[in-house]
Amino acid sequence: MNDISQFAAGISVLEITYILASVLFILGLKMLSHPLTARRGNTLAAIGMVLAILATILFHQKDGQPIGNIWWIIGAITVGTVIGWVIAKRVKMTAMPQLVSFFNGMGGAAAALISIMEFPHVSHELIAKSGMANGHVLAILLGLVIGTVSWAGSMIAFGKLDGRIGDMRIKAMKYVNLTILAVIIGFVVYIMTRDVQASAELTPFIIILFVIAVVYGVLFVMPIGGADMPVVISLLNSFTGVAAAMGGFLYQNQAMLTGGILVGSAGTILTILMCKAMNRSLLNVIVGVFGGGGQAVTGAAGTVKEISVSDAAVLLSYSKKVVIVPGYGLAVAQAQHICHELDKLLEEKGVEVKYAIHPVAGRMPGHMNVLLAEADVPYEQLIESDEINPDLPNTDVLVVIGANDVVNPAAEDDPSSPIYGMPIIKARDAKNIIVMKRGMGKGYAAIENMLFFNAKTRMLFGDAKTTLQNLVNEVKAL
Amino acid sequence: MMEGFLEFFMEHRSTIYMVILSVFLGIEVISHVPAILHTPLMSGANAIHGVVIIGAIIVMGHAETTGAMILGFLAVVLGTLNVVGGFVVTDRMLEMFKKKNN
Repeated sequence: MNDISQFAAGISVLEITYILASVLFILGLKMLSHPLTARRGNTLAAIGMVLAILATILFHQKDGQPIGNIWWIIGAITVGTVIGWVIAKRVKMTAMPQLVSFFNGMGGAAAALISIMEFPHVSHELIAKSGMANGHVLAILLGLVIGTVSWAGSMIAFGKLDGRIGDMRIKAMKYVNLTILAVIIGFVVYIMTRDVQASAELTPFIIILFVIAVVYGVLFVMPIGGADMPVVISLLNSFTGVAAAMGGFLYQNQAMLTGGILVGSAGTILTILMCKAMNRSLLNVIVGVFGGGGQAVTGAAGTVKEISVSDAAVLLSYSKKVVIVPGYGLAVAQAQHICHELDKLLEEKGVEVKYAIHPVAGRMPGHMNVLLAEADVPYEQLIESDEINPDLPNTDVLVVIGANDVVNPAAEDDPSSPIYGMPIIKARDAKNIIVMKRGMGKGYAAIENMLFFNAKTRMLFGDAKTTLQNLVNEVKAL
Repeated sequence: MMEGFLEFFMEHRSTIYMVILSVFLGIEVISHVPAILHTPLMSGANAIHGVVIIGAIIVMGHAETTGAMILGFLAVVLGTLNVVGGFVVTDRMLEMFKKKNN
């Protein structure tokens, strides 16, 4: 075979592999949306990725040049694999949201770097023909801005979820952010309307644009409350997808285009779905200042009644139906295993125990499901809130463990409440309510929870793990 | 400038078709996801956009200066982190969903 047909064969294999990878991405994502096929879907997408990477290294050609520096590339992949694998395997399940945010940021940064490196190499012929105002340059600039915003924002989201960064509520923030966004758009337009011979002349503007984008990414996420982080991460996820697609445009690379756009659109839909579960609009999440005392119920709300562990044990053991409402507090205390022990003990005594899972309980949708599954709670015992709400009037005891906003009646009663309209678990319908909390602190929404002052409610203060352990001991002794 | 964009659309029309179709595909694929799967799905999608590593490999594969090599190396490492971290984390989340055999 002469050189030219070898060239063609390699490129064909490459393109076929990219098509295969695209199909595997699509299939994988589809399978990820059904519980039975989800794990296989993930594996399929991963296989597609590996194939695309291998084929690129072996067969890719840019302007007739194959991929060079192969050993360095393999080295970089090895470094990334080792670090990524170790981090992903070792970190606790409760840190999953942070991790998703972190890895998302890595992708965004990679996209930004690609743009930074490609900008000075825009072909001189292209510039001679249409100046800087062409799709190629736009793809580079958008990749830079979106990738950088995603990276910076993801790092802040990581910090917030990890508890390292607090919330910053400044009323003027939305105006500041809008201004910076306008500046960014202005810069992009400016760069594209310059009359230059080579794009490299405009490199200083790229650096400035990068810095402004970092600032925007940070300020975009900073004012958003920790409870809304999952929505933000989902949004940033789709941003990185779009940034990857920009790279795909740049290189006319089918795998990057498909993967990127797929994630960009799927991620956007997922974000909207998450907002619906909270009954708030996306705009409200991003721009609205959530809680912080502005609309909190002020003044004394009444007194709370407490219950002792032994009385609670008796109440639970002699019930017919018990519903447990887990929340973030359960995750923080790492009390899911002891909680399962309690529910097993109660079931042995003939009590029917179910878990009421609110879509946004915990830090992320599905957080409680993952947590309880880790404790081997069979997922037939996990019931979604709208399914379990009708059963609550027949429930003898409803136990709230470290959950707050998802059982707050203000969502139904108080139109001025920041959580008004959010579907909740109708805890107050139960015959008896026990609330396990560390103290009288307010949940993420930082608002008063009138459930605690309800006549049917008894508070059980203490660390969830310790309290549950004590309950287990008491129930065993009965 | 207008001609530049019109020419761009003409030249890349098949790519544009693909983008539009991919958008609809993404929307279709995500419909009817149970809330329980929102997080693993987000994690899986996160891993898939790690496909940006391909671009990083291309950039590094043509790097000639030391500066370009360093940046390219960094880009590939970051892309790999996205891919490997993303798929492993997603798998860990999904491990929990297997039916218990009693």
